Amino acid sequence: MGVAVDLENSKFDIGDFLAREREKDLLRFSTAGSVDDGKSTLIGRLLYDTQSVYDDHVRSIEGKGTAAPGQIDFALLTDGLRAEREQGITIDVAYRYFSTAHRKFIIADTPGHEQYTRNMATGASTADAAIVLIDASKGVLVQSRRHAYIASLLRVRHVLVAVNKMDLIGFDEAAFRTIEAEFSAVLDQIAADTRSPLERHFVPVSALAGDNVVHRSPSMPWYTGPSLLELLATLPSAQDTRSGPFRFPVQRVLRPDRSFRGFAGQIASGTIRPGDEVIVLPSNRSASVERIVSWDGDLDEAVAPLSVTLVLDRELDIGRGDLIATASAPATVARSLRAAVVWMDRRPLDLSRRYLLKHSSQTVPAYPASIDYRTDLATLARVPAQTLEMNDIGALTVNLRRPIALDLYGINRNTGAFILIDPETNATVAAGMVTAALSAVSTGIEDDSAAWGRVTAEEREARWGHRGGVLELSGPVALINAIERSLFAVGVVSSRIDLSEGPLERHPNLLEIIAGIQTRSGLLTLAAHTTESSKLNARIDGEQVSVNAEENARAITAVHQLLHRVGFFISSEKAAL
Amino acid sequence: MPVVETEIQPLPAPSLRSGRLSHLQLLEAESIHILREVASEFERPVMLYSIGKDSSVMLRLAQKAFYPAPIPFPLLHIDTGFKFAEMLQFRDEYAKSIGAELLVWRNEPAIAAGTNPIVLDTKRCCGLLKTQALLDALRHYNFDAAFGGARRDEEKSRAKERIYSFRDSAGQWDPKNQRPELWNLYNARIHPGESIRVFPLSNWTEMDVWQYIHEEKIPVVDLYFARERPMYVRGDALLPIEQDFVRLPGEKPQMVKSRLRSLGCSPCTGAIRSDAETIPAIIAELISFRSSERAHRAIDHDQEGSMEIKKREGYF
Repeated sequence: MGVAVDLENSKFDIGDFLAREREKDLLRFSTAGSVDDGKSTLIGRLLYDTQSVYDDHVRSIEGKGTAAPGQIDFALLTDGLRAEREQGITIDVAYRYFSTAHRKFIIADTPGHEQYTRNMATGASTADAAIVLIDASKGVLVQSRRHAYIASLLRVRHVLVAVNKMDLIGFDEAAFRTIEAEFSAVLDQIAADTRSPLERHFVPVSALAGDNVVHRSPSMPWYTGPSLLELLATLPSAQDTRSGPFRFPVQRVLRPDRSFRGFAGQIASGTIRPGDEVIVLPSNRSASVERIVSWDGDLDEAVAPLSVTLVLDRELDIGRGDLIATASAPATVARSLRAAVVWMDRRPLDLSRRYLLKHSSQTVPAYPASIDYRTDLATLARVPAQTLEMNDIGALTVNLRRPIALDLYGINRNTGAFILIDPETNATVAAGMVTAALSAVSTGIEDDSAAWGRVTAEEREARWGHRGGVLELSGPVALINAIERSLFAVGVVSSRIDLSEGPLERHPNLLEIIAGIQTRSGLLTLAAHTTESSKLNARIDGEQVSVNAEENARAITAVHQLLHRVGFFISSEKAAL
Repeated sequence: MPVVETEIQPLPAPSLRSGRLSHLQLLEAESIHILREVASEFERPVMLYSIGKDSSVMLRLAQKAFYPAPIPFPLLHIDTGFKFAEMLQFRDEYAKSIGAELLVWRNEPAIAAGTNPIVLDTKRCCGLLKTQALLDALRHYNFDAAFGGARRDEEKSRAKERIYSFRDSAGQWDPKNQRPELWNLYNARIHPGESIRVFPLSNWTEMDVWQYIHEEKIPVVDLYFARERPMYVRGDALLPIEQDFVRLPGEKPQMVKSRLRSLGCSPCTGAIRSDAETIPAIIAELISFRSSERAHRAIDHDQEGSMEIKKREGYF
């Protein structure tokens, strides 16, 4: 179902139809909102107008809910649980399916109230696009802001802003433009905070009457843009993961007999061909791909996100949880990371406890070291926090018992994401998005080839006496210069990035990428933000100090002590001025 | 074994270089990832095999997931005693032909006591012959994860189901307290006695399933195809004559060209009038349908939200 076909049309041909069907791609999008802002009505309308609802489903709700006899309350098409129908609210994520001529759609339909932030994050985690609803009669509310923030945090690229209930305000263009301008400013602020560029599209709709949902509206001739469905049908589909560097988390070793040993997994990003050089992380061993095996025969090439089986050209000790990566751009091996997290459990985060971190195909014990901040979603301000409670969003520094191979979430949504599990209750307590890999260390497995391989983090540490890291400094330029010089004086290998530099302002991801590369290379990146303030703020690994900038010597000492405190120096002599 | 004849030959697989992957390739990749995760993270997984089209697709995906190794878990069929004879024959032959280990479980005490949907109501009959039998089988074999072929597009409460659906030690579902499920990271942690139902086809629709069967040439039970079959005709409803107790006094079967749209227990599965003798014809028919595939199953219509209630009790 879900395919609008005119059977009366004698030209319908099943062969043509099947040929077209097999060319269809897939777009996943999320929605968030409540019955009040017409979200369920909007989705019900989208399903109904694309003929994706069966007659018996329609009959079962006709005249029920808030609808007059013979009419349809579209919201009832989507609210699946009894409690939801009884209370008239959406509690949980529901998935819906429909398709148009060239594309199949999966909707993650989520509730919009604050207590369902975790459900919104769940829906956004796999979405390519998000529909954010604004009730035109009420204007921009905190709920729309929250949903846009979560979509941005989870790296949903396209935000479709549906300004709903236009019928209630007489289809007034001026009111729509006001909302558009106001919410655009909010989206700018969000994108700056999450460093995730958002592509936005505003559409004036009336879900109840169907205006600009599937069909363009005759009631709003001043709007000449596409309807919501037209937009969904033309957005670039499934984030292009095939162009990134090759990443392949090993799920399982297939060994049907002595002659075959294959590594089964789903390609997280990139493209692979027989003959490609790969590196196995975290053990850092190299090999090349001999075969790409599938039930349908060996492949000449496989791209993300296909599930395949790789056979390598030599015997290596590889198991579930290892990451096979392209040798030319391997992932980072980290034992400690910083991440944006959404807390999802009734029991708040407890910094004294051990959690389990599940990342790609492995689970490792994890120890939260510090809460860097909590984000207040009403103001987008970062506030200090002692803990994170259910539905809170914040930043966390986490230490791992074993090193894992990962990427930043901003670069790779698969190898940069993790969940935290409470080992006592087994609940999924948090969703995490890696924003920094803090200390790259090898596993200590050594072999003869190491002397000829890449220079390791340990070798750099041994030579320079410190590891890599990002030191954020904000304060008067003269004092930042003095700090840079004092670090140089004690032999710190550093590089300086001024955040006001043009390219960085235009590409907020760039800083993270550069800082990531430099950290892996063992350099200290000084991310300098010059201000006229009389305070100097310095931060690294989630630890920070704030000192009076007038007292130059004290401020410099405080920064050196901070570096010492976070274990930046491996030999203590250099920390002393 | 019934072999599927298709009048339209599948086209060559879309070239990867031509650009994007098709929705079926994406769905297949996702399902295979799920199958491999479960096989690797649980101690005793099992695949619920119902002989229907969804099970057939799930089984093919399992073959693909572990190729060239064999499927690393057994299949389990819950036999209510009311399945069509053709289904059972297909089940045994097909499992044998692909080298899968097949387990069959029946609630023998309830069957011996004459449980049927006429003596009891359909809800209690299902409770004993399906739900109870399933829970008994899972406990008997100590399975900690069970794959099911359910899809989210089937029914409203299924739309809220996770891919890993947590069940407590009584096998029950708590829809208001489900684990969040993000990205493709599934939480497989359970305490002893608890279990997970896994739905690798969650994101497939009925149309996807038929298209995949067509493209992959997956054998399915002949009951899906339109043939002249003896039926009790009651208004719009066609009832297979498989079980005697279905017959009303004086009722005589008529030959009707018909097929089954979903395969359940014969007393509760109505047939539809149809001329669809091939998979493409079934797909064409599907497009013209305006009612869902479960509309012909008596069991889902007993009361508002009856699927949710059954699932809470431990049903798939």
